[in-house]
Amino acid sequence: MRFMVIVKGTEDTEKGVMPTQQELTEMGAYNEELVKAGVMLAGEGLLPSSKGARVRFEKDGSSTVVDGPFAETKELVAGFWILEVSSREEVIEWVRKAPFRDGEVEVRQVASAEDFGDAMTPELREQEDRLRATSAAQHGSE
Amino acid sequence: MTDLALSASATHRVVDAVWRMESAKLIGALTRVTGDVGLAEELAQDAMVAALERWPQTGVPDKPGAWLMATAKHRAIDLFRRAERLERKTAELGREIVEAEEPDWAMALVEALDEVVEDDVLRLVFISCHPVLSREARVALTLRLIGGLTTDEIARAFLVAEPTVAQRIVRAKRTLTAAKVPFEVPAGAEFTARLSSVLEVVYLVFNEGYAATSGEEWVRPALCQEALRLGRILAALTPGESEAHGLVALMEIQASRLRARIGETGEPVLLPDQDRSRWDRVLIGRGLTALERAGQCGTSLGPYALQAAIAACHARAHTADATDWVQIAALYEALAELLPSPVVELNRAMAVSRAYGPAAGLELVDELIDVPALRTYHLLPSARGDLLEQLGRRDEARREFERAASLTRNERERALLRARAAACERELGS
Repeated sequence: MRFMVIVKGTEDTEKGVMPTQQELTEMGAYNEELVKAGVMLAGEGLLPSSKGARVRFEKDGSSTVVDGPFAETKELVAGFWILEVSSREEVIEWVRKAPFRDGEVEVRQVASAEDFGDAMTPELREQEDRLRATSAAQHGSE
Repeated sequence: MTDLALSASATHRVVDAVWRMESAKLIGALTRVTGDVGLAEELAQDAMVAALERWPQTGVPDKPGAWLMATAKHRAIDLFRRAERLERKTAELGREIVEAEEPDWAMALVEALDEVVEDDVLRLVFISCHPVLSREARVALTLRLIGGLTTDEIARAFLVAEPTVAQRIVRAKRTLTAAKVPFEVPAGAEFTARLSSVLEVVYLVFNEGYAATSGEEWVRPALCQEALRLGRILAALTPGESEAHGLVALMEIQASRLRARIGETGEPVLLPDQDRSRWDRVLIGRGLTALERAGQCGTSLGPYALQAAIAACHARAHTADATDWVQIAALYEALAELLPSPVVELNRAMAVSRAYGPAAGLELVDELIDVPALRTYHLLPSARGDLLEQLGRRDEARREFERAASLTRNERERALLRARAAACERELGS
């Protein structure tokens, strides 16, 4: 299962304060650990909201653009990871290893169609062999 | 510390998660120090049992991995002490005078375990996939020691009985001990050979999930995920190995289609008919990146990377019609040189027919007619019939479809092929 790990903004992230050498080293080591464990699919840090914008939609479908920065710092997103793990507990244990000393990190599961592939009918099972062979012949690695 | 006094089941889930994250490192370090993978696993397991007992009262420690390592270390020291006491007693019985000096092995052990050795997990991968083991044993041991799966999970994944897997693992560990397999990363030419054995194991696990050979389901995504994780770990541990990246690329791209491969009622959907908007773009992106890395290792592309490159051609095409068949045909040609196989040749012929027209494809297919391995392979006449039909040679096409129908063991397919033969017949009559 896939989770988005959302790093919330702080005053520093909003001011665009750059991380210290030590913070960068620690974060680098942490990211490397995630990669070496085969769980990290993606991860990025975001620039302050002053560089961003919001698009607000009205009931009639019209939209208004509001330029950043935005006030409610703790509600803002400062960065994210996408992690692929086998349980909610696992993602939480990974997050607990992150080298943060303040702020908050939110963990949200990515919605997916995990429930596909309900039991195949006997007919389909019968087809399986044929389709696999056909598929192999048409698409090699497929 | 997280919340104190966790419920037993909550602790169990956390311990499972920590085990999955830390066990390979733990077992790797313990194997390095004890020289015995079986013993190392037992010690690590003991530490996990201790966590299950302690954590409900104390809460999960801030550094659960370090906690498990410290606990395993104490167990190891206890074990060695007992062994030494026994040895000393035996010696005393032999009326030998033994100085009661405090051994320094205990300190050495403590220090050795505190050392972080980057290669521990890689060494563990190499012994799990050692050639003295059967293929089945390699798969089971790899999932167990690197993947951190329980024997029960492995048994369920491969639909075999749990005791069978347990025994496979016990025997595998015994074999490794008996053969005195060293805990090391092989060097030189042996490295390449051994790495390909490792990649094979990972791809076997993936394929078992991707085209389930047994069971009720057409695919078992959990097994694909597991193989992907193993592949990613391996590629991160051997960043200079083109084929490790190639295999990851191949698996990422194939896995990107898992969702689209299953129809609404669970039926398989083949590539040309898949809804490409359901392909997983994150995995495609990762696959293309891995393929790029495979190309940057300074060696020519191997079989996994070439298959990944073929898969990438499909992944890049936003519609089936936009597929770059010229490129695919060229890649198949390169693949056929590395992996000469009639099935690869047949694939190449079909790609050539898509790229350069049915006549060019037919020329290649005709070269395969006398290949013994394909003599009873119904897809050969079926492919030939298809190309002949496109060329308007309907009488020959009809004969090929009939021949294919007589060779297939699948009733539905036989009906389909007979129908195509009959259509050729009608066209001839009109």
